Amino acid sequence: MSTLYALLFMAASITLVVGVGMKIRQYYKTPAPLKIPTTPAPTTQAGVVMRMFREVVFFESLFKSTKWTWIFSWMFHMGLALVLLRHLRYFIDPVWAPIQWIQPFGKYAAFAMVIGLLGLLARRIFVDRVRYISAPSDYLMLLLLIFIGFSGLMMTFVVHTDIVAVKYFFNNLWTFGWGPLPMDFPLLVHITLVIVLLAIFPFSKLLHVPGVFFSPSRNQVDNPREQRHIVPWAEALEKKD
Amino acid sequence: MAKADFEVPELKKHVEVPAIKEGAMAHLKPFVVKNPDHNTDLGFPGELVDDWHDKALEKLGDLCSRYRSLQVYLDACVKCGSCTDKCHYFLGTADPKNMPVGRQDLLRKVYRRYFTLAGKYFPKLVGAEDLTRETLDEWYSYYHQCSQCRRCSVFCPYGIDTAEISMAAREILDSIGYGQKYCNEIIAKVHKVGNNLGLPGPAIEDTLLGLEEDVWDEDEVWVKYPLDVEGADILLVTPSADFFAEPHVDGLIGYGKVFHEAGVSWTLSTTASEAGNFGMFIGSYENMRRVSMRIRKAALELKVKRIVFGECGHAWRIAYSFLNTLAGPFDFLDPNYPVPQHICEFTWGQIQDGKLELDKSENDEITPTFHDSCNVARASRMGDKPGGQFEIPRNVIKAVCNNYVDMHHDTIGEQTFCCGGGGGLLTDDLMEIRVKGALPRMNALKQVVEDQGVTHVAAICAICKSQFTKVLPYYGFEMDQILSVHQLVSNAIVLNRKTGKPEWLEEDEDEDE
Repeated sequence: MSTLYALLFMAASITLVVGVGMKIRQYYKTPAPLKIPTTPAPTTQAGVVMRMFREVVFFESLFKSTKWTWIFSWMFHMGLALVLLRHLRYFIDPVWAPIQWIQPFGKYAAFAMVIGLLGLLARRIFVDRVRYISAPSDYLMLLLLIFIGFSGLMMTFVVHTDIVAVKYFFNNLWTFGWGPLPMDFPLLVHITLVIVLLAIFPFSKLLHVPGVFFSPSRNQVDNPREQRHIVPWAEALEKKD
Repeated sequence: MAKADFEVPELKKHVEVPAIKEGAMAHLKPFVVKNPDHNTDLGFPGELVDDWHDKALEKLGDLCSRYRSLQVYLDACVKCGSCTDKCHYFLGTADPKNMPVGRQDLLRKVYRRYFTLAGKYFPKLVGAEDLTRETLDEWYSYYHQCSQCRRCSVFCPYGIDTAEISMAAREILDSIGYGQKYCNEIIAKVHKVGNNLGLPGPAIEDTLLGLEEDVWDEDEVWVKYPLDVEGADILLVTPSADFFAEPHVDGLIGYGKVFHEAGVSWTLSTTASEAGNFGMFIGSYENMRRVSMRIRKAALELKVKRIVFGECGHAWRIAYSFLNTLAGPFDFLDPNYPVPQHICEFTWGQIQDGKLELDKSENDEITPTFHDSCNVARASRMGDKPGGQFEIPRNVIKAVCNNYVDMHHDTIGEQTFCCGGGGGLLTDDLMEIRVKGALPRMNALKQVVEDQGVTHVAAICAICKSQFTKVLPYYGFEMDQILSVHQLVSNAIVLNRKTGKPEWLEEDEDEDE
């Protein structure tokens, strides 16, 4: 059973890295023939970095739009970020100092994460416009994340699992030297769902994670009059004349 | 009030988000191209091709590989709902397919079905659907209910711009011979004659002489409106509506007076007698480029040093954001000036330099507000600072008017509502969506009219001006409550450079006697 989990986890991780890597490569290679930043936009590259920072860390555009969605999604994403950082301790030894410092916050951040997700789910169910645009996968994605968060919370606060064994399992995964994974129900649910999440990442709307960095309306500098912007396929048209 | 064979929404003083009404606008579609030449002139098949299914998918794949925006935007949407209450067409019609994400999903569901693993194997799960004739007709209907105003892109956490999706969808439709009559006919006219209205050179010349006569009659100053003058400093490229439509033409009179007082030489061009570029509306880079090249050619032929654009919204987007790409580099022009410049940038520059004498009291009977045109607001800039596109036109208005009032801050600046007629929708066969889509702007206008005594709304876009002229009466306003910004300038400007009566005018009058 541990071996099966080990192999599945490895396969899912490889799918994630290769799949997202290929998508990033596709986005990078696809040209953006015209300057289309949503204006007012920064006129310098440094300005664009700041705009992207505000977008990715504070969800600036969402904040302008709908405060409820912003609150829930920001809680979820920031909670998730802290939880992920905290989880690094199961993969590295010795644990870096910053990861040790965030340990107490990381533990409670899981609540923020789950509450945020429940808020987003409620919005999806109760707001007619959002319900209209939701496919089954949109609900399942939220449920998947909610159950991952909930099973994690169970282990942290209710039924502790043998975390030393878990750490041993993951630390030795890539050398094929994994030990037994504790057969605790919350842990198995947690890891199974995480494997699913990793595996579907490159094939789902989770592509918004790399996508946002490639969005021309956000990542372009507003300087079309000062600097000519031309991509190879457009240049080829000029040569035809 | 204008008569309508559809229900005109009730005007309130604020924007209300309606409960969704599925299929509310499914019946509306613009006329399809009837004359196959209007397609073939643009490089598209004359009529719907037999293998449209495969050809459409092929085009979708092609566009995804050439436009990063399309590829990323089709993938990245998480259906958060942030955009759902931001489109003026949704707010005016309640049709969920007029929510930006609803509109995008019409294309996205097909993309998912044929281009993603999840959609190929689990279509129901991820909302992927086959491309059918019904889908195609739905594309035709709803992608012609988008004015490409980009308001949704302001609020999307990934900057997804429905305009990009609409343009791609229209390009796909055109590539299989299912094009919109209004846009394609106009582009064909530009390719052939040089402007959207198909006005030939002599007609333009006649109009311009008429303007000189009008200004002489009013001010006893000969302000020239030159055409095809080789060696002029400035080439003015302005929407062809400026040559005859109201209130557009009053704006053109204003530009001429500003140039006159500034003491610069300028000219219009017969071949580049159109600032608008409908190539963008149909998403066709090739057509947009062809239309833009006329301007480069005219600038070279007339040996001008600068290019200035008149009041036009989508045109300014293409001029500011795309012209250098499409028809550049403009290294043959004077490097001391941006290429191109907006007429408001020019006028504001003259005002700052103290070159213009302005008598604000001439506009005392007017309390104007300013409608930020969508593509100027969210797809361009004026001046050298972000947001100059909001400040400079307002600065110009405030320099020529004593009473200026802004509409509610949620409805101006980067959050401005489209007039409802942009993006290739300014045609009578789409009147229903134009009227309903104007609702949010009309609400905001009603508020300042009733609470702050606003009498007029000024704009810097030919489409906005035509659209308001038509739509204002549906909501109980007067059609002439829309003004050109340079009309206000024209009212206030004091013509100090006295020039004698033109000889041809004296001869004309002699003949009349």
